Amino acid sequence: MERVNHPDAQRPQGAAASAPAIELRAINKSFGPVHANRDIDLSVQKGTVHGIVGENGAGKSTLMSILYGFYTADSGDILVNGKTVSISNSSDALSLGIGMVHQHFMLVDNFTVLENVVLGAEGSALLGRSLSKARSELQRLARDYGLEVSPDTLIEDLSVGQQQRVEILKALYRGADILILDEPTGVLTPAEADHLFRVLATLRNEGKTIILITHKLREIMAITDAVSVMRQGRMVATVPTSETSPEALAELMVGRRVLLRVDKDEARPGDVKLAVENLTVADDAGVIRVKGVSFSVRAGEIVGIAGVAGNGQSELLEAIAGMRRPVAGRVIVNGHEVTTHGEAGAAELRQKGLAHVPEDRLRMGLVTNFEAWENSILGYQDEPRYGGGLALDIGASRREFEGRIAQYDIRPANPRLKTANFSGGNQQKIVLAREMERDPDILIVGQPTRGVDIGAIEFIHNQIVKMRDAGKAILLVSVELDEIRSLSDRILVIFDGEIVGEADPASADEGELGLLMAGVHNKEAAQ
Amino acid sequence: MSARVPLPAWVDRILLPVLNVSLAFLIGGIVVLLVGQNPLEAVQIMLYGAFGYGDGFGYTLYYTTNFIFAGLAVSLAYHAGLFNIGAEGQGYIAGLGVILVALWLNGTHWALMMPLMLVAGALFGAFWAFIPGYLQAKRGSHVVITTILFNFIATSLMSYLISRVLKPAGVSADESARIEAVTRVPQLREFIPFFGYSPVNLTFPLAIAALFGVWFLIWRTKFGYAVRALGFNPTAAHYAGISNARLIMITMALSGGLAGLVALNEVAGVQGRLILNFMAGAGFVGIAVAFMGRAHPIGVALAALLFGALYQGGQELAFSMPAITRDMIVTIQALVILFTGAMGEMLRPPLERIFARRAPAVARPAE
Amino acid sequence: MTYVDLILVLDSTVRLATPLIFACLAGLYSERAGIVDIGLEGKLLGAAFGAAVVAAITGSAWAGLFAGVGVSLCMSAIHGFASINLRGNQIISGVALNFLAAGLATFLGQSWFGRGGNTPQLPSGARIPTITLPFANEVQDVPYIGYFYYELISGHSILSYIAFLIVPITAFVLFRTRFGLRLRAVGENPKALDTAGISVTLLRYQALAITGILVGIGGAYLSIAQSAGFTNNMSAGRGYIALAALIFAKWRPWPALATCLLFGFLDALQFRLQGVALPGIGQVPTQAIQALPYVLTIILLAGFIGRAVAPKAAGTPYVKER
Repeated sequence: MERVNHPDAQRPQGAAASAPAIELRAINKSFGPVHANRDIDLSVQKGTVHGIVGENGAGKSTLMSILYGFYTADSGDILVNGKTVSISNSSDALSLGIGMVHQHFMLVDNFTVLENVVLGAEGSALLGRSLSKARSELQRLARDYGLEVSPDTLIEDLSVGQQQRVEILKALYRGADILILDEPTGVLTPAEADHLFRVLATLRNEGKTIILITHKLREIMAITDAVSVMRQGRMVATVPTSETSPEALAELMVGRRVLLRVDKDEARPGDVKLAVENLTVADDAGVIRVKGVSFSVRAGEIVGIAGVAGNGQSELLEAIAGMRRPVAGRVIVNGHEVTTHGEAGAAELRQKGLAHVPEDRLRMGLVTNFEAWENSILGYQDEPRYGGGLALDIGASRREFEGRIAQYDIRPANPRLKTANFSGGNQQKIVLAREMERDPDILIVGQPTRGVDIGAIEFIHNQIVKMRDAGKAILLVSVELDEIRSLSDRILVIFDGEIVGEADPASADEGELGLLMAGVHNKEAAQ
Repeated sequence: MSARVPLPAWVDRILLPVLNVSLAFLIGGIVVLLVGQNPLEAVQIMLYGAFGYGDGFGYTLYYTTNFIFAGLAVSLAYHAGLFNIGAEGQGYIAGLGVILVALWLNGTHWALMMPLMLVAGALFGAFWAFIPGYLQAKRGSHVVITTILFNFIATSLMSYLISRVLKPAGVSADESARIEAVTRVPQLREFIPFFGYSPVNLTFPLAIAALFGVWFLIWRTKFGYAVRALGFNPTAAHYAGISNARLIMITMALSGGLAGLVALNEVAGVQGRLILNFMAGAGFVGIAVAFMGRAHPIGVALAALLFGALYQGGQELAFSMPAITRDMIVTIQALVILFTGAMGEMLRPPLERIFARRAPAVARPAE
Repeated sequence: MTYVDLILVLDSTVRLATPLIFACLAGLYSERAGIVDIGLEGKLLGAAFGAAVVAAITGSAWAGLFAGVGVSLCMSAIHGFASINLRGNQIISGVALNFLAAGLATFLGQSWFGRGGNTPQLPSGARIPTITLPFANEVQDVPYIGYFYYELISGHSILSYIAFLIVPITAFVLFRTRFGLRLRAVGENPKALDTAGISVTLLRYQALAITGILVGIGGAYLSIAQSAGFTNNMSAGRGYIALAALIFAKWRPWPALATCLLFGFLDALQFRLQGVALPGIGQVPTQAIQALPYVLTIILLAGFIGRAVAPKAAGTPYVKER
């Protein structure tokens, strides 16, 4: 599906002849033993959209942070418009006309749009004048680029898409000619992403240079003029987008053919193990994020929930796992209605046979200051096998974990190493081992491969399928559509807290799913 | 960035704290020099005063008793991610519990009374810490601020109770009636003459037992596991089915109970009556002890002994070198909190450089 | 209570509220910038000591004021180094500074003057003068208004007038200037400021410097304006009261003034009510009034009367790396 109509490239003539907007020569950056960027060369032509792709941890963000003055390179040269420059902080970058839209917005929530835009670029010591000047400038920018947003609204009252507009406006207000966008569509609905791409196309046509960091190949193909691929800290290729394909880029990113499909047999669904009925859940601020959702998961099947991040998935998972008290509705686990959600509800659900691999393992699934074996009992610490009464049986806990180290190939094989010192993939294996080895009837899994290296992804996917084949009911939530499609036996699409459609992974096409994820229902789409 | 080369365990756990404490003493020594006194001579006098003879050593252990309880109170809460600045007030209120039971059954033998007074003190201290714990758990009010405020409220409340309610007729000083000798916690000198006239009493072995108890509680029980999970990562604790609110309230109550045992030592062991401000800052010393001891009972024991020696040695010093008052000890205490607590990481980067150079094999990235 | 009594209570309210206003606004700058400062108490004490010592030695109140501010600035610098550069725990640093001031002031005072930690009595020339406003003496006999002007409006220390002046200035700086915008931003989301090319470190140090200056004046007021010399522990918890007032005022300047006046009033009332039996209530223990500011703050913190939401980044060191 081509989400953006690629406007015929009306690039300024002779752009290639003039000096590149950005040129990086032999950039190196290490953090202790980690060599994040090795001898990076990059050349970005003026008036183009230049994509940078790579897996998590490939060094994209580090490189851009160097360009934006967040880090300084250990060695190498940066040239802006043909001149060698030194960028030691963000204000250097800003004064060179480099603006950045960060993945996590750098906005002050209880400030107005206007205050956020002028922050750091106020002009005069008194606010009154700078604000009124900014107000008219903002109106001009909004008109020129289609970036309408009310200047006096507080940031906390804006949608994510609107907040991103404020970030772009901030950069433009500072006179940025070169705009870096770091994973800009991760939090956007497809409709919002489309709008963003139209804005980017307009900016490019106005002569701005745009660097787009993403790991979504579709976006690269849709919007960029050239693309650079990073892998393990190195720049492995730079090609014109018209001369490459998603498959070729994927291979460059990973270094070998990717197993996009998981080998699995036909599912043999059994009884309903998990049923959710009219579940309504609010977030911490009391906003209803899940709106009367109903579905069920049977033994021996994987039900995948697809959707753009922030459409209620987190709240749904937490409510099912007993961590969040629903506003209304029921969760039926293994035939038991679970009514006592709340403070210690997670413990009760575990006893009923539900295991939970949380979305954000560092925030939720692990205590990174604990030794690995301590995390291997997290959530199960009260079970009698780890000691009777008050006492904790350290020996039994460690022995059990040592067995799992071998089985799940957790490296390094040291149960007493602090969990923070394991890689993302190995941390995820610690969580998976813990949750899967209890032989639960129901497994709910959130973002199983987020921040996990490619080798571990295959392993994790295979483990999940193995659980299914062993007759477990599995609920999978992921924002990676490819992951949902390759693992699930049934796909549910969530949008704005509602299940807006169900699809068969074998027959569903991506366009159809995309429309569902954008909140456009089947019937409307057909019109 | 987390990818720095970590320090060897012994450097992290022993050398770094020792260097931090040394820095505190070094600066203390410079202050002493600045007022024209000889810091080495001062140290010598203090060491003799604290350890050189039975009475002195007994006094050292008496102070140490208070500081162990207060240090454990702060440490236990700290493991749950709670900073209890209120040990001072909790101990003070606990004094009320101790004296009420003692005066109620005044004249009963100590063997019966000591457990009763202990429980009463612990319960009163626990209560005074439970309220901030409750407010933190259920209402989200920060425990740091509320415990500070509760210290002041305790001061006002106790000053009212002692001067208006507990003071017997015909007594001029603001203090309660006296506990009879048979009811008071017996002095160690009754069993070990070595301690001379010092007030170290049976509460001291109790403090040693508390060290073991807290160690066991934190590292060998499921409760301690939950407390540490909560302290490191409350979200993960919630995920693990731990009731954070309940745990915060229980931990604060236990912390206050430990602080309350200072009152057992002071009221039932030493003073034999309830006097104004008997805590004399012991609750605050507990903060220094906890940080210096890195909230580990072994560290707490050593730090409490150090401060016990400083307090006792400081008394002696004030006699021999009148220019160096007890306030110098408060200064040292402040410096210890500063260098082991707030600035505890100051020496880490240079140490990491030194040890990274010494062990280059460890530093090389695994390709 | 007669009219004269009322005016006298209000008069001492102003006197007692002055150091609270300085300390509270000082804390406001620091906490709005994201640095929690429970070391206000120690800074008050340290500044009071520094001011009294220098005023005693030089005989100049202004030199004393300068020294008091200097001491407080030094303590702010230590707090800044620990919490900004070393990213240490701000609470612990504050606790340490409170003890440092308490210990050092008495220790140095004793070794320099040998009066149990107190400084020598200051002659009136070495104290910050009071101001008699125009016509105050002339109109004092005019019923009500005249006395009100003479006793309550006129006749306070210069520093008291400055304290009241700092409130509108703070409100203006905070909400109408570039510095104020950045200050509020750095306390809410320092990254927003850093990515906008503004130094978080510099801004926080600037805020701490203002904190140091203001609380330093407040401390000097204690020893060389309100009293004639330093006495042991003369801050007597005022730094904590100011902190409570700051929370009570929800980190806003005008409510901060109101709260400091309220707490000052309670303090003044406590002296007035000593031994006085109130109709229907009987004798109110002074301790109850002493504890009232703390109890009120706890009730507020518990969310029973509105909600006190601190600046979002307060207490968290800024770490640039992700």
